[in-house]
Amino acid sequence: MGARPEQRISSLENRATRQAGPSSTKTMGTSESPNLSLVTTVQKAPAWRRTLFTLDTGFRGLMTLAGLAVLGIVGLIVAELLQRSALAWDKFGLHFFVESSWDPVSGSFGALPFIFGTLVSSLVALIIAVPLAVAVAVFVTEMCPRPLRKPISYATELLAAIPSVIYGLWAIFVLVPLLRLHVNPLFIKYFAWTGLFSRPDYGYSMFAAGVVMAIMIVPIISSITREVLAVVPQHQREAALALGATRWEMVRIGVLRNARAGIAGAVILGLGRALGETMAVTMVIGNTPQIAKSLLAPGYTMAAVIANEFNEATGDLYRSALIEIGLALFVVTIIVNILAGLMVWTVTRGTPARTNA
Amino acid sequence: MPRREISLRRQLTDHFFTGLAATLSLVVVSTLIAIFAYLVLKGAGALNWSFITQTPKPVGEVGGGMANALIGSVMILGIASIFGVPLGIGAGVYLAEYGRNRLGKLIRFTSDVLNGVPSIVIGLVAYGLVVIPQGHFSAFAGGVALAIMMVPTVARTTEQMLLLVPHAVREAAFGLGIPQWRTTISITLATARAGIITGVMLAFARVAGETAPLMFTAFGNQFWSFNAQQPIAALPLQIFTYAITPYEDWHRQAWAGALMLVILIVGTTTLVRFVFMRRMLGGAR
Repeated sequence: MGARPEQRISSLENRATRQAGPSSTKTMGTSESPNLSLVTTVQKAPAWRRTLFTLDTGFRGLMTLAGLAVLGIVGLIVAELLQRSALAWDKFGLHFFVESSWDPVSGSFGALPFIFGTLVSSLVALIIAVPLAVAVAVFVTEMCPRPLRKPISYATELLAAIPSVIYGLWAIFVLVPLLRLHVNPLFIKYFAWTGLFSRPDYGYSMFAAGVVMAIMIVPIISSITREVLAVVPQHQREAALALGATRWEMVRIGVLRNARAGIAGAVILGLGRALGETMAVTMVIGNTPQIAKSLLAPGYTMAAVIANEFNEATGDLYRSALIEIGLALFVVTIIVNILAGLMVWTVTRGTPARTNA
Repeated sequence: MPRREISLRRQLTDHFFTGLAATLSLVVVSTLIAIFAYLVLKGAGALNWSFITQTPKPVGEVGGGMANALIGSVMILGIASIFGVPLGIGAGVYLAEYGRNRLGKLIRFTSDVLNGVPSIVIGLVAYGLVVIPQGHFSAFAGGVALAIMMVPTVARTTEQMLLLVPHAVREAAFGLGIPQWRTTISITLATARAGIITGVMLAFARVAGETAPLMFTAFGNQFWSFNAQQPIAALPLQIFTYAITPYEDWHRQAWAGALMLVILIVGTTTLVRFVFMRRMLGGAR
């Protein structure tokens, strides 16, 4: 540190001024006699100068500015989306979200097929991902032999690190053929009566999109569930065991029951991730704006339609309609995320964040 | 003491659920292995010298590579880091050192909100903020989109790492008469350095694979471009474009690109996990 001595003392001076008031400054200054002259000049400076023009306040201001920038960014996002979707909003109003025809050529825009596709594929993803994720979390925290803990949690973390587009690539060439040739026929054979699985089956479908998303949201649900399980008090487990519970009964009564709100939060957080998921879904859902009962039929999601059509959208109304879909997606994911955050917080509050593996 | 036998039914239930949890965990882990196996299997064959030195060949011609996309990714990520990292660290410093008030709470909350915004929406916003005023797609616009995505991650990790630095360290600095700004820069930030680098690298790895925000900003380009004001190729975009075409040779290259991207990202995260995490935890105690 190359601060010159005068600087150091003057800043020391400021600190003392701020902390103990001007009266103590004098005593401190006089005790350090060699620099008396310097101290007195500082003291003579008007009060506003001492408090306003220090590097401290400058630094603090700069950091506050950076903090405020975060608010600014979110403000800009909201303003931008509102402003650029105004045209579609004026033209269609709320009707936009219940209209089911999407025909850019004739200028009719309705978001219902996309909302439907988003909800259905996300639900499929949740139905598949939740048992997997909770099982991994329970297995890692409660059941598995110690040496296996780290590798398994590391593996789930790695799943989270893979980019969406690579999931999409893998899904196109591996998952979709696998589903079409081996999995879907079984579903059609045994569950055709539900009406959810019926031919024709091209592979590219809401079901395929749900399966890919399930793989993508397992890590997030599982890591938050693990966090929640970790804060369940140890004595709950011990109490259950002392009453003669088997390990599973201990997990069910002592752990899962206490953590259920947090697990629900983790699931909702996974839902938030699934709703906004773009690339992998775009690549396998088939991109057909329709509302079909069969899960094996192609569909379309809100994020996917933006990704596919925005660059080719001709005309202001078309763009505006797509941005309005983006706005709806933004609002929904924010609500979902806040809700999830609150639920996780009710369980983990008061306990310090821990880095457990 | 007489020991009561646990009934067979309860024992079986216990075994059943333990087995179930283990099986489902195995399913998750094997999915990961399957994905990596395919990446290596399909990608390694196509990953060669021309892939990293040449630009794409016209459709139908075999060969060519993604060199321009690599350069493009590097440029976009560079621009994103220039804006995103200082802003994120600054916001983190504010939250940790000055943020014990309502404004701090609001910023913390907003940054969590920003973290959950779907990447495609960020792309739309960057389009409106940069592409429309400029009148053309550009690497700069892509960088802005990714910078926005980096900020919340960097800010929250920086905050957490700074809070790990014991108060005694700050007080010791104050006791020596060092002003607060200097304490924060030379002492608190320096102590938490490893942790903050971790956060930055994780944010970097996260945005490195992002495709959706680049579609309407960087747009993609089949040729060399070193101009931040022009449309530019990016590795994830190129993978997407190639994957949805019907051309065999482009599929091959998409796999190679994917392998490269995964090596980059997983390499970064693993490095962070094993090098910095350890040092950070050691330093904090």
